[in-house]
Amino acid sequence: MERRCQLSGTLNLVIGLAMGLNLIALGSSRLPTLIRAMSLQGMVLGVMPLLMEHERLDWRIVVVALATVAGKGFLIPGLLRRAMRAANIEREIEPFIGFVPSLLLGAGGTIAAMAMARSLPLLPEHAGTLLVPGSLAAILTGFILLIGRAKAISQVCGYLILENGIYLFGLLLIHTTPLLVESGILLDVTVGVFIIGIIVDRIQRAFDSLDTRKLTTLRE
Amino acid sequence: MISLLLIIAPLVGAALAALWPDNRTRPWFLPVVGLVHVVMVFWLFVNPPVVAPEAWLGFDPVARAVLPVVSLLFLVCAAYGVPYLQIRSERNNRVFVSSLLAILGLLSAGHQSRHLGLLWITTEAVTLAAVPLLHFNNTPRAFEATWKYLLVGGTGIALSLLGSFCLGYASLNAGGDGDLTFHALSGQFLNLTVEAATRSHPWVVASWVLMLVGYGTKMGLAPMHTWKPDVYGEAPGIVGSLMAGGVTTVAFTAILRVRSVVAAAGAGPMADRTLLAIGLFSMLVAALFLLGTRNYKRMLAYSSVEHMGILCVGAAMGSAGVAAALFHVWSNALTKGSLFLSAGNIRRAAGSASMDEVRGMSLLAPRSAALLVTGMFAVTACPPFGPFFSELLVLRAALATGHGIATAVFLGCALLAFFGMTRVVFGIVDGRPRQATKTSGKRFVETMGVVAPPLLLLGLSLWLGLFTPAILHDAWSAAVTQLFPTP
Repeated sequence: MERRCQLSGTLNLVIGLAMGLNLIALGSSRLPTLIRAMSLQGMVLGVMPLLMEHERLDWRIVVVALATVAGKGFLIPGLLRRAMRAANIEREIEPFIGFVPSLLLGAGGTIAAMAMARSLPLLPEHAGTLLVPGSLAAILTGFILLIGRAKAISQVCGYLILENGIYLFGLLLIHTTPLLVESGILLDVTVGVFIIGIIVDRIQRAFDSLDTRKLTTLRE
Repeated sequence: MISLLLIIAPLVGAALAALWPDNRTRPWFLPVVGLVHVVMVFWLFVNPPVVAPEAWLGFDPVARAVLPVVSLLFLVCAAYGVPYLQIRSERNNRVFVSSLLAILGLLSAGHQSRHLGLLWITTEAVTLAAVPLLHFNNTPRAFEATWKYLLVGGTGIALSLLGSFCLGYASLNAGGDGDLTFHALSGQFLNLTVEAATRSHPWVVASWVLMLVGYGTKMGLAPMHTWKPDVYGEAPGIVGSLMAGGVTTVAFTAILRVRSVVAAAGAGPMADRTLLAIGLFSMLVAALFLLGTRNYKRMLAYSSVEHMGILCVGAAMGSAGVAAALFHVWSNALTKGSLFLSAGNIRRAAGSASMDEVRGMSLLAPRSAALLVTGMFAVTACPPFGPFFSELLVLRAALATGHGIATAVFLGCALLAFFGMTRVVFGIVDGRPRQATKTSGKRFVETMGVVAPPLLLLGLSLWLGLFTPAILHDAWSAAVTQLFPTP
């Protein structure tokens, strides 16, 4: 029992770290910082399955953890950095929603997520953890970045933080969902980002810019 | 076994097409694989296999009720694809052909998925496989449409993943063992104790809302439809046809399967109310935009939004409504497929998709223009085509369940959509062609290869309306029995 509390304490610390990275992502004005915050968050989430209470460590969970760290921590950020270099864009992020308002929204959203998660019924083994509020906070951060940033790559980062939040929620089910499903989801996300990378490259070539404000030809 | 071949054969075809060296002969992969697929699907359709309840994949009644029309639509589009890609011989079609075949395989997997996680994986994979098709024209406008599709579609699909997790967690709260097949999920929610029901209920509601929004984005329900006009406006006609008639249906069957689980958990009335609301809202938004749009390819996109709304209205009307909605899946796929192909011909002949620049197409491309006009009447539910009868059945189910106001709104929207579509279609068909259009029209020859496929689809839609075969009605009612199990 004591060991369990200790583990859930470590787990909460790590989720707290991920929540802090949300705020860094919202407040950063430079693209490399945003990508770094996103990839660090991905790595932090990747090791979480190992921290979750397992009487005996299942090799399949180790595989999922390693694949997540490799995918979210190295592969995807690497692809984004390459796209950024290839597109040779300015490193400053241009926001629709300013940095201070996004930070305030993010912080307010985190508090709201904590309050909301308290009213949701959880299984006893998840009752003391921050998994649900952490996931809701990351999803909200992802949405703010998706809506509030003009550069295509910042929007992709927002999308990935949204995915991180969903992954965090998925950890509630890690004991029960089969590995096949987990790996399929991870594969889809990676392929998705790969395709996004290709499209970002093509947009850069077609529009000579990655500013999505220029993508306004199609309208009624 | 054959049900697995339905998935494997197109994927193998996609791999072979990717390795095939010759750009000119590669498009023939499309009709060949499509024909093999149609033969297998219809063999299974006539001899439905017994699917074990705990199977993850299988040609179950729901797949049997929808997959044949998707396969049929693919074959006809594939036959259109050969002459189309010959006209566009300047573009390398390696990625285009392989993506189309991969989509066929993934659609077969999606329709046959009986597992919550597998369903999500296949739907997401279809979304991603469609991306290279959208920017085949390689214009800046096409990239803009692709980007919007990726961001809106990706977010929607992420939300449906979150919804799937919520449903899984609800089943854990209800004492489930983590088996995420739809059969097991429905079983877990039946006969719950009061305590377990109160613990799982908030998660069930959350999962329904998230999955309706997520898969609804994929279907193109308003207000998540924003990607649709851009994509259908810029993508080649063959792609629009397959997206509107095939890709959207996989999201619709996903919603139907999830609805059945949610109903088992006791939230069926709530699910039906939301389906009705979002369906009518989609019809209304589509009808209003149809009155305003000046681009005939975007018009087809709004018409598709309207028909997705009709499917949802049908799905909200109990067992008779779901049977009518499955009928509408067939009639919409065939009719809309024909419209996209003939509109693609006209776009090619006219050199523009805006009714401000296109006039007199009945002189320049008479066959395609005639097909477009007839298809327009068919899709706006003029008898005796398929959509008329399926929409009539939806309305009958609505009246039988006492939804008088919904019926009135439905009819009003259908009327507005009719006005909107006739305005655009007759605007481009009538009048005297412009000089610029005349020169581009001369270069486009209405060969048999580009006229016969839309004609065939329209003929099938007519046949579906006049002589709906009894075996189809059996297939739809079998699917309804699966989706509405009697305890």
